[in-house]
Amino acid sequence: MSGIQISDLSKQWGTVSAVHQVSFEVEPGTLTVLLGPSGCGKSTTLRLIAGLDEVSSGTIRISGRDVTNASPADHGVAMVFQSYALFPHLSVKENIIFGLRVRRVDAAERERRLKRASDILNLGELLDRTPNQLSGGQQQRVALGRAIVAEAPVCLMDEPLSNLDAKLRASMRVEIRALQQRLGLTMVYVTHDQVEAMTMADKIVVMNQGRIEQIATPRELYGRPATTFCARFIGTPPMNLIPARRVHGYERSPDGCLIGVRPEDIAVGTEGVEAVVEGVEYLGADELVAARIGDARVIVRQPARSQTPEGTIRLVWPQTAAHLFGPDGRRLD
Amino acid sequence: MAAPERVFTKRPQIMIKREWINAWLLLMPALLLLFGFTHLPAVQTVLDSFWSTPRGQRPAVFLGLDNYERMLSDAVFIKAMINNAIYAAITIPASIALALSMALFVSRKILGQGLLRMAYFTPTVLPLIAVANIWLFFYLPGFGLFDQIRGLFGLSPVNWVGQPSTALYAITAVTVWNQAGFFMIFFLAALQTIPQSLREAAALEGASSWVFFWRVTWPLIMPTTLFVSVNATINAFRMVDHVFVMTQGGPNNASILLLYYIYDQGFRFWDTSYAATLTVVMVVILAVVGIGQFFLLDRRVHYR
Repeated sequence: MSGIQISDLSKQWGTVSAVHQVSFEVEPGTLTVLLGPSGCGKSTTLRLIAGLDEVSSGTIRISGRDVTNASPADHGVAMVFQSYALFPHLSVKENIIFGLRVRRVDAAERERRLKRASDILNLGELLDRTPNQLSGGQQQRVALGRAIVAEAPVCLMDEPLSNLDAKLRASMRVEIRALQQRLGLTMVYVTHDQVEAMTMADKIVVMNQGRIEQIATPRELYGRPATTFCARFIGTPPMNLIPARRVHGYERSPDGCLIGVRPEDIAVGTEGVEAVVEGVEYLGADELVAARIGDARVIVRQPARSQTPEGTIRLVWPQTAAHLFGPDGRRLD
Repeated sequence: MAAPERVFTKRPQIMIKREWINAWLLLMPALLLLFGFTHLPAVQTVLDSFWSTPRGQRPAVFLGLDNYERMLSDAVFIKAMINNAIYAAITIPASIALALSMALFVSRKILGQGLLRMAYFTPTVLPLIAVANIWLFFYLPGFGLFDQIRGLFGLSPVNWVGQPSTALYAITAVTVWNQAGFFMIFFLAALQTIPQSLREAAALEGASSWVFFWRVTWPLIMPTTLFVSVNATINAFRMVDHVFVMTQGGPNNASILLLYYIYDQGFRFWDTSYAATLTVVMVVILAVVGIGQFFLLDRRVHYR
């Protein structure tokens, strides 16, 4: 049992509330992503789990143990920082075994863990270099190595890929996920990148303004967003939100209700809601048609082979693709 | 082909000449000042050390190494050298340790951080002469700060500056007090370049502040420590203002330092050639120490 239970966790900086009454659970051996725009409190939540900041209220349990007010070292977590936090004067080897030296792990055990980590991460040839002789991706690996040798039950990652270029990011994404599954790590991963969240997570916790918007698997999150925030935050281009009263069949819904439809679920047809085309963006395989239904802007994704629409068109979508949100932004069905 | 070539080659030559003249004219003021006030006196000093001091009707006579021989058998010179060695051996490590402790203390977020930093830096802003006067009061037998405190414990007054056994240490303390604040600024700047995330990463591994300091902070601020220690070494030979105010090298040469002795020889006894000899020795010592420190420590310094 090395799961994490967070209940009613809050953090205030003076009068500003950074994290507000957050509760979620991380199952042992799974990867949970904290996702949200910058300033939503996801990094603060992670730092609270690590014990780097003081909790204002609520409790944190790791492996069944209450660590809310314990020192960082007693939280039993390893962490990979956004900046990697490698010691610039120490070799890769010394960086990796820094924690083992501090904890006075004996030399044979140190060597064994170092060997294992460097085999897993292909660090063999880099062990004697210093961090400034490494590329960004290699530094990332060393930071991962330091987290692995700690053999802590829980591994925390604070936007670990944000300093890498797009190509490397894609391969590290796969690599980290494979590593997590192979070693059975319990991982909490912070990112603002929805692609990272969707591809890696067992469970995604979407945060906004210090609160949790939704906790769901990637498929659930995309298929049944709980709030308009989640609906707009996940998916490129984001989900269309159309005032419900303009849509046939919803004319009598309360004021402020919105119908959400994914761009790929909408098709140009002969009946349905009337819309005016404003522009077309050609993407190769697909094209994005920007249209307007009253005041609401709508994006339609359709195969580029279809005829490019012009002027006033009608938009249709299957009944099952429509998501109904109430005036407070919450899902109604 | 030959004729036009000649036309083309002449012009640039004139141009080059003009550039040279311009360059020399631009360099002239700085060169004159530098040679007149730095290089020439330096060379003159070395030359003077081989000659006798001209007095009245008697012109200078070439002596060779006589001045250096006289120096080696000069008891006061030996005394000054020993004093200076003790003075350096205490002021250099003491002011570095004090400066680093102060920097570590005020680099943390504490109440009145700005005020404390300013307070630590203030002694550096004061001229050494003024500092010496303040400390003369501290040391005043019977009434001074130290004797007031000793009085509270029923201890008898001590003439800190006036007795041979403590005079040197009395001026040593003043130097440390005066320069530590200045060195603190450098350490403070160095400490602020160490990213917070390193401290956090170490904290997660369970490193205490003690371990973190010796394993991470100390190696990372090594370049600053080297810079500060070179400066402290130079100061140990260069700063003697307070000796003039507090002890004049006495009592019985107990607190005489090399530079003060040079002043004594040169401007009180007007034995300028002997003063030149002593100066050469001092410059050689400084050069050797400075270069040695740099190369010796350089190997163990991590530059980012």
